[in-house]
Amino acid sequence: MSGCAPKAAAGAHGEKIHIAIDPVTRIEGHLKAEVTVENGKVVDAKVTGGMFRGFENILTGRDPRDAAQITQRICGVCPTAHSTASCRALDDAFKVKLTTNGRITRNLILGANYLQSHILHFYHLAALDYVDAAAVVGKVAPFAPKYDKPDLRLPPAINKAAVGQYVDALEMRRICHEMVALFGGKMPHVSGQVVGGTTEIPTKEKIEAYKTRFLQVKKFIEETYVPTVYLVGSVYKDLLTQGVGYKNCIAFGVFPQDDDNKTYLLKPGVYIEGKDMPMDAAKIKEYVKYSWYDDSCTGLHPSKGKTKTDVSKPGAYSFVKSPRYMDKPVEAGPAARMWIENPELSPVGKKQLKDLFGLTAVKFRDLKDLAFSIMGRHVARAEEAYMVAQAIDKWLTKVTPGAETFVPCEIPMEAEGLGLTEAARGALLHYIQIKDKKVANYQIVAATIWNCNPRDDMGQRGPVEQALIGVLVPDVNNPVNVARTIRAFDP
Amino acid sequence: MSLSRRDFVKLCTGTVAGFGISQMYNPAVLHALEKAAPNVLWLQGQGCTGCSVSILNSVNPKIADVLLKVINLGYQPTIMAGEGEVAFKHLYKVAKEKKGQFILLVEGAVPLAEAGRYCVIGEVEGHEYTMAETTAELGSMAAAVVSLGTCAAYGGIPASKGSVTGAMSVKGFFDKYGIKTPVVNVPGCPPHPDWMIGSLVFAIENGLEATVKVLDSVGRPTPFYGKNIHDNCPYLKYFDAGTMSPTFTKKDGCRYDLGCKGPSTNSDCPTRKWNGGVNWCVENSVCIGCVEPDFPDGKSPFYVAG
Repeated sequence: MSGCAPKAAAGAHGEKIHIAIDPVTRIEGHLKAEVTVENGKVVDAKVTGGMFRGFENILTGRDPRDAAQITQRICGVCPTAHSTASCRALDDAFKVKLTTNGRITRNLILGANYLQSHILHFYHLAALDYVDAAAVVGKVAPFAPKYDKPDLRLPPAINKAAVGQYVDALEMRRICHEMVALFGGKMPHVSGQVVGGTTEIPTKEKIEAYKTRFLQVKKFIEETYVPTVYLVGSVYKDLLTQGVGYKNCIAFGVFPQDDDNKTYLLKPGVYIEGKDMPMDAAKIKEYVKYSWYDDSCTGLHPSKGKTKTDVSKPGAYSFVKSPRYMDKPVEAGPAARMWIENPELSPVGKKQLKDLFGLTAVKFRDLKDLAFSIMGRHVARAEEAYMVAQAIDKWLTKVTPGAETFVPCEIPMEAEGLGLTEAARGALLHYIQIKDKKVANYQIVAATIWNCNPRDDMGQRGPVEQALIGVLVPDVNNPVNVARTIRAFDP
Repeated sequence: MSLSRRDFVKLCTGTVAGFGISQMYNPAVLHALEKAAPNVLWLQGQGCTGCSVSILNSVNPKIADVLLKVINLGYQPTIMAGEGEVAFKHLYKVAKEKKGQFILLVEGAVPLAEAGRYCVIGEVEGHEYTMAETTAELGSMAAAVVSLGTCAAYGGIPASKGSVTGAMSVKGFFDKYGIKTPVVNVPGCPPHPDWMIGSLVFAIENGLEATVKVLDSVGRPTPFYGKNIHDNCPYLKYFDAGTMSPTFTKKDGCRYDLGCKGPSTNSDCPTRKWNGGVNWCVENSVCIGCVEPDFPDGKSPFYVAG
């Protein structure tokens, strides 16, 4: 059924064809992908982060509290996650314990943006890889131009419905931002998360306003987003076995469920070469042999991390550093979180896996190897949206109108702090060192740094580079599966 | 409901009180529709995509209507279907075909250090295009440039203290290289969707000359940036009475002592509010002055008064 099945496979007879895609669009930031295709398959891949601003250098010397504002500007899709990680690093350095209401309000702020981010990702970033919008609205910008043979296979009725959902989803993600703003002040870039908690105590009126919006979004997730992901997946079943990668996972834990940060909605953990292990942040190092940084920055734990650029370094090809856990490349994001947490799937998910795929699955790991694939990552994201929506429902019964959300605290003279959380797109680490009440060092290991990094000093490819190996490119003029693989990680 | 040109200008220049631009813009957008949708190209430099995400939050007009009816958005990296050479060649094709007639939107700063290598935005046949190269080429061909967000308008965070990338605003970059294309600044980190769509619709509706006339001394349209936040703040009465909030969550006081930068910041946030009007920074916390040319260095520390 594939729309791009030429008679002779691309790069047949041992011929190697090189393809560069820059920009990889419908992501956050600047990314280039280069693949080598042989016999219709990707045999080598390089992923380049082509933009550098230098937040770590910019933060040095500032008031530590400003970090929670400035670091949000790393990513306009997931500023709440950066604000959460930064606040957690500051909470740690300032030795402040949140109130129960402060913790729950932070969860409501971050949770609403998870829903926003997952809906935006599937419908507005990824869906145009599967849905033919031009067939419904005409060959107009921004839905055209595209590849000549974009391999879009949805039957017309489903395709038309999906385009309608694209428009509905614009509304849903906008409503999610209103939920964030009710307690966060505004979005993108919230004013409401600070060291010590949140700046606005939820009132009955604002909780009600949040809930009214949330119920619309929850209904959309349960009745539209989740079933549509499975339906689209059933038309592209071959994408359940492509984009595999290392099958190594890292998760830092997100949405604390108690005031001592002992339990999380999605737990921390590491999964490497088939083995589960507890996550210990001391085992993280960043490598830069193939990144545009001075070699003195390599092999360091983030607490010793340095950010000194060298854009003419021979062999280097990315501004992204290569973080490793026990020197292994690990994937971050919804698939990693869901694999590590292994929750029960949604009722609609279980039913559709049986009806559309003939699979009996109860928990996420019942998907087995299918979890590590282009479609598997979309399924993980949708199932996680379902799970977070169920959790928000519970948090709304626990948030207390009028109860304090903020604990005043002083800037320490000297301290260090580690802030771990999960952005919608994966594990996020902020580290701060304070001297003389100013930032002495600040280091960030963001989700896309985990996924879209170049080779490390040992020569191991980054997780997305590895996931590209084996991806089918039957027609080099239409390398649709390359960007499908990358976008499934939500970079 | 229809809106005359005169009414529209009056509304945009803020002489009619009591309405948010959101509510007023829809008839104007419909009016703008009577003209052919202008070609708009959107570049992203050193930024966070927050401006792109913010414009999706437009309430009235809905973003789907803006995209399909108001403008012909030939290039927008966050939402466009195409990618790679297909997309990047199209960007240059539209610019050449519509030379002197298209509007260039720029999000993010333009880095100049290391020959612009701190931001590469596309590749065609092995040639890597830096943000600087493309901004210069397309900027010279555009009828006008709209700098969306504080990074493009004034340099913002990428150009702040500690940066090594030589990041510049679009206007600063144009001045340095003698590019004469008019620039409209729509700052904010990010800008409110109404400011972005409102400024675009104003320019489409009234033409470039009229648009340039409503800009303030730092290139911002006065309908949106003409008023001081502190002077128009609902908590001004507390300031006048000397009642200051001692901590973030005590809301019956002025936020000045907590570091609020409203007194040195100009925008209509107090009346427009954010995200469908559900909240805004000072109601929730403090203003950090994100629409101003001296953001962030002149506004930080954010949580210290003064």
